[in-house]
Amino acid sequence: MGHERYLYTKEHEWIHAEGDIGTVGITDYAQSQLGDIVTVELPEVGREVKQFESVAIVDSLKTTSDIYSPASGRVVEVNKSLQDHPELINQDPYRGGWIFKIRLSNREELGSLMTLERYEAYVAEEKRKSTARR
Amino acid sequence: MKLIFELSAEGREGASLPELDVPEQDLGIPETELRSEIPLPEVSEVDVVRHYTALSRMNFGVDSGFYPLGSCTMKYNPKVNEVIAGLPGFKSAHPYQPEELSQGCLQVIYELSRDLAEITGMDAFTLQPAAGAQGELTGLMMAKAYFKRRGENRKKVLVPDSAHGTNPASAALCGYEVVEIPSDPRGGVDMVELKGKATEDVAALMLTNPNTLGLFEENILEISDIVHGNGGLMYCDGANMNAILGIAKPGDMGFDIVHLNLHKTFSAPHGGGGPGSGPVGVKERLARFLPKPVVQKNGGRYFLDYDRPESIGRVKAFYGNFSVLVKAYAYIRALGPEGLKEVAENAVLNANYVMRKLEGAYELPYDRVCKHEFVLSGKRQLDFGVHAMDIAKRLIDYGFHPPTVYFPLIVKEAIMIEPTETEGKETLDSFVEAMLKIAEEAEKEPELLRNAPKTTPTTRLDALTAARKPNLRWKER
Amino acid sequence: MRFVVNTDKERREMMDSIGIGSVQELFKDIDEEILLKRPLNLQRPLSEQELLEAFSEISGKNADTERYKCFLGAGAYDHFIPSVVPCLVGRSEFYTAYTPYQAEASQGMLQAIYEFQTLICQLTGMDVCNASLYDGASALAEAAIMASNVSRRGEVIASSTIHPEYREVVKTYVENRGLEFREVGWEDGVTSVTELAKEVSDKTSAVLVQNPNFFGNLEDLDEVGKIAHEKKALFVVCVVEPTSLGLLKAPGEFGADIAAGEGQSLGNSVSFGGPHLGFLAARQEFLQKMPGRLVGMTTDTEGRRGFVMTLQAREQHVRREKATSNICSNQALNALAATVYLAALGRRGFRKLSTLNAQKARYLRSRVLELKGFEARFEKPYYNEFVVRCPIDPRKINEELTKRSILGGLPVGRFYRGLEDCWLLCATEKSARKDIDLLIETLRGICG
Repeated sequence: MGHERYLYTKEHEWIHAEGDIGTVGITDYAQSQLGDIVTVELPEVGREVKQFESVAIVDSLKTTSDIYSPASGRVVEVNKSLQDHPELINQDPYRGGWIFKIRLSNREELGSLMTLERYEAYVAEEKRKSTARR
Repeated sequence: MKLIFELSAEGREGASLPELDVPEQDLGIPETELRSEIPLPEVSEVDVVRHYTALSRMNFGVDSGFYPLGSCTMKYNPKVNEVIAGLPGFKSAHPYQPEELSQGCLQVIYELSRDLAEITGMDAFTLQPAAGAQGELTGLMMAKAYFKRRGENRKKVLVPDSAHGTNPASAALCGYEVVEIPSDPRGGVDMVELKGKATEDVAALMLTNPNTLGLFEENILEISDIVHGNGGLMYCDGANMNAILGIAKPGDMGFDIVHLNLHKTFSAPHGGGGPGSGPVGVKERLARFLPKPVVQKNGGRYFLDYDRPESIGRVKAFYGNFSVLVKAYAYIRALGPEGLKEVAENAVLNANYVMRKLEGAYELPYDRVCKHEFVLSGKRQLDFGVHAMDIAKRLIDYGFHPPTVYFPLIVKEAIMIEPTETEGKETLDSFVEAMLKIAEEAEKEPELLRNAPKTTPTTRLDALTAARKPNLRWKER
Repeated sequence: MRFVVNTDKERREMMDSIGIGSVQELFKDIDEEILLKRPLNLQRPLSEQELLEAFSEISGKNADTERYKCFLGAGAYDHFIPSVVPCLVGRSEFYTAYTPYQAEASQGMLQAIYEFQTLICQLTGMDVCNASLYDGASALAEAAIMASNVSRRGEVIASSTIHPEYREVVKTYVENRGLEFREVGWEDGVTSVTELAKEVSDKTSAVLVQNPNFFGNLEDLDEVGKIAHEKKALFVVCVVEPTSLGLLKAPGEFGADIAAGEGQSLGNSVSFGGPHLGFLAARQEFLQKMPGRLVGMTTDTEGRRGFVMTLQAREQHVRREKATSNICSNQALNALAATVYLAALGRRGFRKLSTLNAQKARYLRSRVLELKGFEARFEKPYYNEFVVRCPIDPRKINEELTKRSILGGLPVGRFYRGLEDCWLLCATEKSARKDIDLLIETLRGICG
C-alpha cells in the first residue's frame, strides 16, 4: 500500500515533497522483491545529485539494488538508523525506512513521476511480466 | 566444533624450530618498531592434526562423491598430478633463480602455452592470470591497449544477460561501460538486440560458448561477423571449454581473445575455492600486448622475454600459479589428442543423459541438445512451496553435492547440473533416482526438503544474521 | 591415461536412452564450418609411469631449494614447512572441494577460512580480513582500488621501495581503471618522506608503502602514515614477508587503514612464483568496500555454531559491474596452509621463528661485510634481507655460486638503475651456520 501524497518512479522509489525538501525511500513492492535487506550504502550529506542518478545502494542477501534519486537537488539528511537497522526498510518502507532527504532544485521534475494510481497499475504490469519469465 | 583459538593452552607448541647456531647479536631495531605481543593460539602438534582432520571431515570434495556443480566442471583430479607438482624441481624452484637453472619450469610454461594455443585456435598465450576472473581482466586490458594503439576510444563492452557475474565486473574494473544483451527464446544471444547494440563504440563482446545455459551459440559465426563488422573484438569466456575439447576451437569461431580455467577443464583441483589459473590466449594482432614476461625459446634454450614495450604490464608477481600449470600440462600429456576429445564427448553425453531423465519431473526451460551441462527450473516445485535451494539441500542428505542454484539469473529457480566425463552411468543413475525422489517428496512431504539437510554437522544456517551482524573473526573475551 | 569411466556398452545404453545413434549427433548444433576435422596436434597420450618419467626429467632441469642453499628472497621466501602442513592441506576433502557455496557441506573449509581471517587480523593488527586474494601484488592493487572507492579520489601514490613487480601490477590495475598512478623516490634505502610530503595532496586516495621494504629495510611508518592522514588519504601498508610480524609492530599499530600482502612465507612453498597467498585486512569502517570473499560466524536452526560466506552483495555474482572487485575465487588452499602453519607455530614458535630469521640475517650480513670489497649499501634497521655492494658484478657471483649449489641473492640492478653492483641477500631459519660459512668461503674464492 502506497501513499496518496507520495510520487513514484519506475525504479520503485517514492518521494514525499514538503516545501522544497523531498524525502526518498523505496516502495513496499521494491522491498518485497529484494527480500531481507542487510546493508544500505547511504550518500554523503551535501552531495549534489541529478534526477535519476544513482545515490544509494540497498543490498539484500542475494541481490543488490541502486537507489536513484527521483529528483535533482542536494542531499541534506540521511537515515543513519538504517546502518544498524537495515530491516527498517522491510518493516516500514514508507516511514521509518526512508533513506535520504534532498533540497529540491527543480520542483518541476516531479511532474515526470507517477501518482499512486499510476504506480499501482505499473506494478501490476511488472508482476504479470515476471510470472511469464522462464 | 571448537575453534583453534579455543583449544589454546598457555605454553603449548606445535612445531619444533632449530636452536640458534650463530652468535646472538643486537637486532638494531628500535623499541618503537617492535611488537610486544603476538596473539596467536598455543596448541600442540596433535591438537593441530586432530582439529584440521576433524574439519576436513566436515567438507565435501570430488573425492567424497558426485559433485554436479554447474559451470564449475568438478571432474576427478588425477592423483598423479599432485605427485608431479610436488616434485622438488617444481615445488621448490625459486622464481628468481637463474634462467639457466629454471629450464624445466620455463619448458612447462612454453609447452603448455603452445598446447593451449592448439586447443583453442589462438596464436599466443599468457599463463600469468591466477584465475578466470583475472584472465578476463587481462584480456580486456589487452583489448583496451589494442584500441588505444589504433587511436580509438571505445567505451562499451557487451555482455549477455546469461553471463557469469565476473564478466561485467571485469569490464567495469577495466573502465568499460557494460551493456547487457538479452537472450532469445532458444537461450542464445538475441540477434536483433545484438545488431542494435554492437555499435562502433563497442570494444568487445564477452561471450561464453557453450553459454551458461549449457547451450552452444548456434549463430556464433554471424555474431562474430556483426561484432567484427563494427571493429569490435570477440572475447571468449572459456569456462565451458570442457564441452568442445578437440571438437571445435574458439579461434575458428571468430574469437580474438579467450581465457581458460585450468582448474575446471584441465583437471587441476579447486582447492576449496582456489588456487585457480586463468591463462589467456589471443590472436596474433593482440600478442604484442600480452603481460610481461613471455617465455620464448631460442635454439634449445628457454628464456623470459621482458622486452615487450607494448605489454599491458603485469597482473600478478612472477609468472602465474605455476604448480597449477604443471598439473594442467601433465593432464594434457596424459590424455593426448584422443583423450581430450573423449573428455568432451563423454561430458556432453553424460549431461544429455541426465537431462533427458529429469525433464519429466522438472521444468526444462530450454529444450535443446545441451553441451556439458544443462539448466532445469524448480518452478513447478514452487507450487508446493519448495525452492531450488530446498532441492539442493535435500540432495546433500542423499549423499550428493548439490548443483549450482539460482544461476544463470535468467532462469527462475535455476538448477544447473554438470556431471562431467569422470562419472559413470551408475553414479548418474543414482543421482537421477535421488532427483526424481526429491521431486516426489516436494509434492508429498515438502517439509523434508525445507528442513534439509539433516545429515550434516549443521542444519541450515542463518545467513541473514551473518550479514546483518557480521562476525568475521574470533576475539578473546 | 584416461579418466573416463563408462564402457562402450554403457555409452551405447545411454545413447539409446536419449534416442541417438552416435555421440556426433550431440554436436549437430555446431556449424559444420567450425567442427574440427582433424585430431588436435598434441603429443601422444602417456601412461602414468611414462608421465612421471617425463615430468621427473623436466623437473630435474631446475635448481630447487632442497638441493641448493638459498640466499634468495625478494618476494618469495624459502622457509621450512612443518610436515603437518602438507599432510593436512593434502586431505582431499579440502583440496578437491569447490568454493563453499553450500555451507552445510563445507563447514570444514568455512571454519578454516574464519580462523585464517582471525589469524591474519592477529598478525597485522587489523579489524577485518578477507578470505584471501591471488597474491601479494594483486592484493596491493585491490587495496589501491578499494582506497579510491572509499575516498572517491583518483590518484594512487606508491613508494619506489615497494617490490618492483608489485608496483607494476598496481600500475596496470589502477591505470586501466582510469586512475592515476605515481611513485615517490627513496633515500638511504627507505621512502623519501620529504618527497612524499610534497606529492600527497587532497587528490590522493592512498599512499602505498611496503614494510620491510624491497631492500629489506624498515620504513618510518609513523611518518608515512602521518603524511597520508594529514591529507585524508588512506594509509596502505604492504607486507611481503609476514614472518617479520613475529617481531615487528603490526601495520594496525601504526594506524594503517589497509594491510595488504603476501602470505607465501606462512607454510606455502616458493613454487616458481605461485600459487602464493594474497591477503587484505582493513579497519572495520571499510568492511563494505572490501574486495573478495568473507566468511562469517552464525548459527544453524538448532542454535549450533556454523559458518557461511557473507556480505556477498559486495561481490561480482550479485552486484556484477558495480561489485567491489571482479574476483571470484580465492587462494583457499594456500590460506589453509597458512592457517595450519600459524596454528602449529603458535604464539611462542612464531616469535622464535622471527628471531631466528633476524639473527641469521645479522650473522650473514656481518660475515659478508668481513670480506674484502663488500660494503653495506644501507645502514637502516632491517629484518631478514639486506643489500650489500659487491666488488664484482653480482650476476657473475651468482653464476659461480651455482657451481657450489648455492642460490645467491638478487642482483638489484635488475630493477633499480644505479644499483648494478648491489646484491639483495636473504637468510631464513633454514640458513644453517655451516651453509652461511660455506657461502662466505665460496665468496672469498670468487672475489678474493
